[in-house]
This record gives sequence, C-alpha cells and structure tokens, in this order.
Amino acid sequence: MEQRENIIELKHITKTFEDGFHAVEDFNLEVKRGEFVTFLGPSGCGKTTTLRMIAGFDIPSEGEILLNGKPITNLPPNKRPINTVFQRYALFPHMNIFENIAFGLKQKKISKDIIEKKVKKVLELVDLEGFEKRKVSTLSGGQQQRVAIARAVVNEPEILLLDEPLGALDLKMRKEMQLELKAMHKELGITFIYVTHDQEEALTMSDKIVVMSEGKTQQIGTPEDIYNEPKNAFVADFIGDSNIFNGIMTGQLKARFCGGEFDCVDDVEEGTHITAVVRPEDVILTAPQEGTIKGVVTSVIFKGMHYEITVTSGKNEMVIQSVKSAKPGDPVGIRVEPDNIHIMIAEDHTNIFAVEINKNHRLEYNDTVLDTSLTKIIKGSKRTESGTLVDAAGEEIDPAKVKVMAAIGPNDIKMTDHQDEGLIQGYISNLIYKGDHYSYVIHTELGQDFVVNDEYLWNMDDQVGLIMPVEKMTFSVKR
Amino acid sequence: MMKKAWKGLVIVFVLLFLYLPILVLAVYSFTDATQIGAIRGFSLHNYVTLLTTPELRDMIVGTLLLAASSAVLATVLGTMGAIGSFYSGKKVSSAISTMNQVPVVNADVVTGFSVCILLVVVLGISKDTFVPLIIGHVTLCAPFVFLSVIPKLKQMDSSIYEAALDLGATPAAALRKVVLPQIFPGIVSGFALAITLSLDDYFVATYTKPATFDTISTYVVNATKGSQTTIKTALWALSTVIFLVVILFVALMNLQANKETSERAEV
Repeated sequence: MEQRENIIELKHITKTFEDGFHAVEDFNLEVKRGEFVTFLGPSGCGKTTTLRMIAGFDIPSEGEILLNGKPITNLPPNKRPINTVFQRYALFPHMNIFENIAFGLKQKKISKDIIEKKVKKVLELVDLEGFEKRKVSTLSGGQQQRVAIARAVVNEPEILLLDEPLGALDLKMRKEMQLELKAMHKELGITFIYVTHDQEEALTMSDKIVVMSEGKTQQIGTPEDIYNEPKNAFVADFIGDSNIFNGIMTGQLKARFCGGEFDCVDDVEEGTHITAVVRPEDVILTAPQEGTIKGVVTSVIFKGMHYEITVTSGKNEMVIQSVKSAKPGDPVGIRVEPDNIHIMIAEDHTNIFAVEINKNHRLEYNDTVLDTSLTKIIKGSKRTESGTLVDAAGEEIDPAKVKVMAAIGPNDIKMTDHQDEGLIQGYISNLIYKGDHYSYVIHTELGQDFVVNDEYLWNMDDQVGLIMPVEKMTFSVKR
Repeated sequence: MMKKAWKGLVIVFVLLFLYLPILVLAVYSFTDATQIGAIRGFSLHNYVTLLTTPELRDMIVGTLLLAASSAVLATVLGTMGAIGSFYSGKKVSSAISTMNQVPVVNADVVTGFSVCILLVVVLGISKDTFVPLIIGHVTLCAPFVFLSVIPKLKQMDSSIYEAALDLGATPAAALRKVVLPQIFPGIVSGFALAITLSLDDYFVATYTKPATFDTISTYVVNATKGSQTTIKTALWALSTVIFLVVILFVALMNLQANKETSERAEV
C-alpha cells in the first residue's frame, strides 16, 4: 500500500475556557487522507471541543492544527475546506431541502445549473430523490439527518466532521445509518472524523479510534487494538464489558488477582503492581476443583445470545458471559486462558477498595465506622434529622445500590505489630526494595492486596495491622 | 345554571367597563353635539372637519411620519443590540441586558426631560431640527425592540449560525441569510411595539418637539384645554378612527396567527 500523507495534524492542542476549565489538554493526533477516525469518550471528555477546534468554531489556547502541512489554527470556519454534520442537524428551518443543500455551493458562487445537478446527485446518494421542494419540518429525524449529511458532503470537503450524528435516532435507524455512513465513506473517499460516546458504534465504523477521558487521549489505535490491548483501566472499562482487578506479578508470567494466581502471557517484572483485564466472554466456568479460583454463582440473567452470570469469589466479583446457564448458589471454578488475560502495569500504586454504607448511613470498612462526611462524597445528598441520607431529589439512598470506593496512597498507610490498631489485618505477601524504601504487598483477610511503602524492613509473612487515616483517603461514588 | 349566568354577567360587566367609554365617544362623533350630553341629530361634520382642517391633517401625518421613522431607527438599533448582546460573553451580555432594563422601567417623563437637557441644553441642538424629538423616541422604543428580539435569538438553534459559517458563509452573510430570517417575527413585533409607543408618547414629545409641531397626544392635550369646540369634537372622530384601525390591526394579527397554527397542525 502506498504511503498516505497526513491530511490533518493536531499538535499539543490545549483548550482552556474562560472559567479555567481545561476541556482538552495536550492533544496530539495525525489523521491520514481517507481515514475514518472516531473520537470516543464519555460526555464531557473534550471530544466535541476537539472537533470544534478542527472545524474552527473554537480556537485552541495552545498548540497548532495543520491541514496538509499548513497551519490553520486561527483560520475562521468559512475558510476551511472542512464541513460538519451537527448533532441536532442544524438545518435552516426557513429554507426548503434544495436551498439547504445548495447553501454551501451558493456561497462559492457556482453557476445555477451545476448546483442543481450536484444537489440532485447528492440527494440520490442519501436516498432522498425528489425531496427538493419539501420543508425541513415535514421530514422525520432520519430524513433530516440525511439532508444534513448531504448538505455537508455536496461541498466535497477534504474532511467531514460528524458530531454524534446518530444520537437522536432510534436504535434500528442508527444501525442502518451506521452501515450507510460506512458505505458513503468508501464511496466518497473523504476523510471522516466522527465523534461518539457509543463504543459499539466506534468499533463498527472506524479505522482508528481515539479514546478520550477528561480532556486527555487515553489510547489511539485500531478497533482491534483498543478492544484486545487496552492501555489502561479506563479504556478497558469503557470499551466493551470487562472484569478489572488490581493485582500483582508474583513470578515469571504469573499474576495474582481476584484471589488466585493465574498464568499469563505478558512478561512483567515480578512484584509489579498491575491491573488485570478479563473479558466476560473469555471466562471459563468449570467444576469447583478444576478452576484457578473457586466461587459461588450469585446471579444469572438471560440476555438472548448468552447468559450473564455473576460469580462471587471472596470479596471479588466476576461477570461471565456463557451460552450455558447456571443456577444461583452453584459452587463453580473459574479458569481463564493465559492468552485472554490482559495485564497492564498500574499507573500508580494507589490502593482502591470498596467501602460500605451501613444501615445507619455511615461509611464502614471491615466493621469499623469511618469518621467522614458522607454528604460530601455523594453530591447533592443531605442527611435528614432521623439520620437517613437522601439524594438531591429527596429520595432515600439505598446503601445496596450506591458503591463508594476509597483510595489511599502507599505512603499514607502505616504497618503495626498491634494488629487491633489497624483498620484491617493481613500478612506481608511480597516485598521489593525500591532503592530508598521497601514496597510491601499485604494480603488482607478480606482478600484484597494493599501496597504499603515503608523505609524499615519487615519480614515476609509477618501478620500486621494497617493503620489508614481517614483524612488521607479520597472517596468516589460508583453507581 | 345560576353559576353560568353569574359568569356571563361578570364578563358583560368587564367588557362594558372596558369599551363603554370608547363607544360613547364613537356614538357622539357621529352627531352634531358640541358637548357630551344632548344629542340633536346625526351628522358627519366631525369627520369632514377632521379631514379638511389643514392643521389637523398635518398633525396626523406628522405623528405618523415621526412614529414610522423613529420605529425604523429603533428597530435597527434594538435588533443590532440584541444580536450583539446574544453573541457576547456572559458578562457583557448581562451588562447590556441590565442597562436595557433601566429605560424600560424608567418613567417617560424622566427620559424626556433628560434627553432634552442633554441634547438641547448641553449640546445645543435646536428643537426645530426634529433631532431631539426623533432621538427621544428612539430612546423610548429601542429597549422594547431589544426585549422582543432576544427571546427569538434564545429560541433559535444556536448551531445553525455555525452551520452557515461551516458551509462557507462569511459572518455577515450568515447573519443575513440564516439568523435574521429566524428572528424576523421578533423584529416585526418589536417594530409594531415601537410604532405604538411612539404614537402613544406624550412626555418625551412635550420636552423635545419643535414649538410649531404637534403629535396627536400633545395636540389633544392642548385642544382639550382650549375653547375651539369644532376641533374638540373633531378629535372624537379621530379617536374613533384610531380605535377602528387598532381593532382592524389586532383582528388581522389574530387571523394571521390562526393561519400559522393551522398550517403547522397540517404538517
């Protein structure tokens, strides 16, 4: 295949709004001519802002945008050979379909009969022949979307930007349009930059996916890369369903997570704190004694193509997709092919663990109440006079439905021989000398590993208590 | 049954209260009575006077011209202000909106007086040039145009302006071809409001008009103080004509609105 040149390059793009909000930070991207690139991420991740900077509606605070190697960073939108399909179509309500589509061509002072020919041709492309005289308000959502695409495509832009164009359509229509857009991309040969929060849409349509979160690029790669080799826990969690565990390398190609030691294929140094990702379809249910870990089935949901089975093993939970059903309460074994375990080196060694809300609506860990304000953790919540917790809408918060995660750094935990003083107890299962301190892994009674840094040497298998000051913890709510 | 009767009675009362004074005036305008009270006979002489007295004719035409020209100016300024404020940053936008509120709430007499002080006394512009009068009326009307255009801008899908730019239109072309057609109903109602405000105005006009010129309001106030009965009774005719024109206007507006809603319903 020939070496294709980059049609657009974004270099160190940063966008900070007037109120100081960093929408995009140090964003880098190269797009080749004819590529179908998708920006994927949850709402508020900066994907639309990035698109708007490419279109020219927003000007980057820092960085440079090159089109065919020439800077266009400050060029107004009407001077760029780039057209946009807007989220809510943005058709001109006072013009009919012909006038809408012809708008861009008229700005270029193209002769009338050429405009008529081009509009006719593009209406054929989007399957709306004979709609020229119709009013915008007489069209369905799907038809309006086609007109919006036709209006952009008719200008033969070098790049077509699509901002969640299918978001307002129903599921069936969306699937249909996905295929049509993909076919259109092939037929026209225009570079597409597509924005969506729907991971399935991104996987179906793109040549290249840019996963974004909180204004930063998390991973750039082909759909296969991103699905099979997620670079971090965010990507793994966002793309597809996955079981994500914190763990540690315990030997050559051996990792311990979820309360068991698994063989894996990623060669990571022993003692490294890791995040392991296992896709639900890759988990194999076995007889209890044949599995790497044992567990109990807690729920089974029929999903049409498969059953979604949840298995609890100690404090860990694993979701499994299987064509065979199981019964809640069944003891089972769990096995995963080494090939199907994706190991990522954890970015930091922050210990993250689930804490519970007890029946008095106080935070609790290992049967010890944590002295902190729950109303500050759950946004908008209030404590009533009777002590129960209500959310912003005034409804009582169900402790079973709200999951609170606590995080604490390895330097903020102290080990003690007086086990009762600790918030939780466990034994030292691993220690590595890290130059100026030792990094310990403590396997707790609740089955979770904590990483603790300490400058003094403790012995392997020592029973210790972990003192974790509440003021050093940060809390987040997971629903 | 009784309840229904009561309801009807209340409505009749309210309507009488609203329209009886005007009806009385209208009836008297078709008589040869010189004052309200004794009717001697049917006559059209009030309407003849109204149309044939040059002084009255000039006054009516002058008032209409003043209303039209100041309404056009106010509409242009108010619309520009609304668009400017809408596309400005939050702080500028709220500052403009607040400043726009003051003349709306402010008493007309204060507006008139201060325009007079600034233009005539401080800047030394002669009242005979009509400049103080027109500026006064524009000051009076423009904030209302602003207020009737702003909601239309807010209702508009803000991405259509960007879509026009995206399709290669310059900002000016995008404004003309996409934004203005969208807010046109607001501009029209702002213009209509400006016309009525200018026609209604008494205070601003008294402070800023040339000595030899009268608007309907200033003329009527002076005439009712004066002793010329033929002019006084001719003003009854004028009131009736104005009332009929207004009724016609409102009826037309309602018809138009009905037509639009039924069109939309068909879609």
